[in-house]
Amino acid sequence: MKFGILVNEGPFNHQASDSAYKFTEAALAKGHEIYRVFFYYDGVNNANRLSEPPSDDRHIVKRWSELGKKHSLDLVVCVAAALRRGIKDELLAEGFRISGLGQLIEAGIQSDRLVMFGD
Amino acid sequence: MPQINEPDHGTGVVKKFMYLNRKAPYGTVYALEVLEMVLISAAFEQDVHLAFVDDGVYQIRKGQDTKGVEMKSFLPTYRALEGYDVEKLYVEKESMEERGLTAGDLVVPVEIIDRAAMRSLIDSMDVVLGG
Repeated sequence: MKFGILVNEGPFNHQASDSAYKFTEAALAKGHEIYRVFFYYDGVNNANRLSEPPSDDRHIVKRWSELGKKHSLDLVVCVAAALRRGIKDELLAEGFRISGLGQLIEAGIQSDRLVMFGD
Repeated sequence: MPQINEPDHGTGVVKKFMYLNRKAPYGTVYALEVLEMVLISAAFEQDVHLAFVDDGVYQIRKGQDTKGVEMKSFLPTYRALEGYDVEKLYVEKESMEERGLTAGDLVVPVEIIDRAAMRSLIDSMDVVLGG
C-alpha cells in the first residue's frame, strides 16, 4: 500500500512525531511505500537541525533524517507554517525540504491512505 | 525560499476530502491552518467538505471579536469559501445543541446532521484531515 504521512505536532512536546516515525518505519519494514511525509503546524519543528536533545534521549530530528536517507523519503515541510515559526532553509536538517501545502493535497490524492498524527 | 508549487491539474483525480474541525477558533492555531488546507485543496479542484463538531462549531459562530486577543479574525474566510466552490459544510446537531447554539447563530449556511449521519459522512470520505 502507498501511504502519505502527516505530522501535525512538534517534537518532544507531543508523541505524534514519535508515532509517525514508528508507523513509517513499520510500514517500510512490511514493504509498503511511503509517498511523502508532510510536516504541518508545529510539526515543522521536526526539521530543525539545531535541535539538541540530551544524549540519553531519542534524537527525533536526526532520526527522521536518517530514515529519510535510508529509504529516500520525501520529507516536506510546509512553507507557510515554517515561516510563521522561523523554520527556514538554513535551519533544515539533512533530507528535509520546504515546499507548499499543495504537496500535502497531492499526497492525499496520490496515496492509498493519508495517515495523520497529532491532535 | 522555494516557490509554492502550483496545483497540478493534470492528474484529473478528484477525491473526497473532509476537513473535520473540532476545536474552538482562537485557543490554538488548528482552525486557522485547517482553512489554509481547505483553500489549497479547492485550488486542486478536489471535492471538499467541511465538518464542524465539538467546539469546532464555535468557528462559524456570529459576532466574534478578536481585538482583545490581538489575533486576526478569519471569520470572513468562511464566508468567502463559496467563491472557491467550497459549499459542502456540515454541522453536527448534537455539538451545536450542547453549546446552546442554533443555525441562526452561524455565519454561513450549513447542513445540520446528527451524529450518526456525521459518522456515515466521514466514512464515505477518501481523505479526512482536521484539527
